[in-house]
Amino acid sequence: MIQTDILIIGAGPCGLFTVFEAGLLKLRCHLIDSLPQPGGQCSEIYPKKPIFDIPAYPEILAGDLTDKLMEQISPFKPGFTLGERAEFIEKDEEDQFILTTNKGTKHRAPVIAIAAGLGCFEPRKPPVENLSNYEDHGVEYIIKDPEFYRGKKVVISGGGDSALDWTVFLADGVAEEVTLVHRRSGFRGHPDSVQKVMDLAEAGKINLVVNCEVVGVDGDGKLESVRVKHKADGEKVIKADHWVPLFGLSPKLGPIADWNLNISKNSIDVDTIDYQTNVPGIYAIGDINTYPGKLKLILCGFHEATLMVQSAFKRIYPDKNLVLKYTTVNGVNGFE
Amino acid sequence: MSNDPNIITIIVIDREGERHELEGPTDMNMNMMELCKSYDLPVEGTCGGMAMCASCHMYVKSDHELPDRSDDEEDMLDEAFNVEDNSRLGCQIQLRNEVDGLEVKLAPVG
Repeated sequence: MIQTDILIIGAGPCGLFTVFEAGLLKLRCHLIDSLPQPGGQCSEIYPKKPIFDIPAYPEILAGDLTDKLMEQISPFKPGFTLGERAEFIEKDEEDQFILTTNKGTKHRAPVIAIAAGLGCFEPRKPPVENLSNYEDHGVEYIIKDPEFYRGKKVVISGGGDSALDWTVFLADGVAEEVTLVHRRSGFRGHPDSVQKVMDLAEAGKINLVVNCEVVGVDGDGKLESVRVKHKADGEKVIKADHWVPLFGLSPKLGPIADWNLNISKNSIDVDTIDYQTNVPGIYAIGDINTYPGKLKLILCGFHEATLMVQSAFKRIYPDKNLVLKYTTVNGVNGFE
Repeated sequence: MSNDPNIITIIVIDREGERHELEGPTDMNMNMMELCKSYDLPVEGTCGGMAMCASCHMYVKSDHELPDRSDDEEDMLDEAFNVEDNSRLGCQIQLRNEVDGLEVKLAPVG
């Protein structure tokens, strides 16, 4: 069991900065994120894009903002549970929250701060009928272990780097047969990877099926074939033991919706006094929350985090007085 | 209908088939994703308008001449579903006088 003072769900900029403000109050933090790296959208969607409205930074790349935040919070030695999704919350007899992830990791804290942005990133699922019936029975959205595909007929969909890279990898003596299906003839992946795929297709080592999309899945209990529709030529059937649609990730609110929090339009209602939700001890900050006048800006998330930890402190130490200390006077005194 | 020369009219058909007539300013550096959001139409705009998420996928129904899709937009449409020849990302359609009367339909949520 991981014990901390403030358990932060979401390691985006707002969640990361919470560690700093909490640290100034001697509160320890642990972050959970479904992505394998910290930074949230900043690292997952637009690491190379400049941001222009971070105070004192006329321009900073989203990836650099993440790095700077990680540097800023390092004295406070936050813990991380990455690549796991916060799944269940319950209370124990000591009024502490127990949070369990989808992989079963348990965390315990008197305060939870939800800084989950738009929710957790999950693979985009194509709108194909009966698709869910074949999930884990031939349809996978992530390739975890390529050995799983040894000697199998594999169809991959998508036009980005992961589709191209896995096509190249599985075609190199792993899968029996690899088919890459893409909606157009151009690919957005790295030019080297595109060239490799073109060469493999030329040499007859893969089936390259372009201007097509998979529109159906068939099989008795497990996947046996996919139906592919060409823009002009109609449908054809391709035998497949596996179909791996690789269409990137998109954020979904996910399990948070089931935590008995008041939610309006996919955002969590909070009181702007301290950004607490309707469940005492659970706060929501950053893009995930809503209140009259809400603006979804990193800047505003930092402010919300700062006010939130003050309230969290009073909840954890109801008898202690809290005085605002300036970092300029006291410096940053990290944890041993 | 507004008499303001900087206001254009845009027609949006939502996913239930309902028709909305929106007025959009041409002098606010706005795009179709933002206009839809400002009218509380169900367009997510996850990435904020950088052509990096495809959550503002829409179909252009009128015959307005729009600038060609950029490589970024084309690449991002690869991660959308139900992509048609008239598919665009709303965030890449700027509100300009040339698009006055534009009619779009919101694509299904992928």
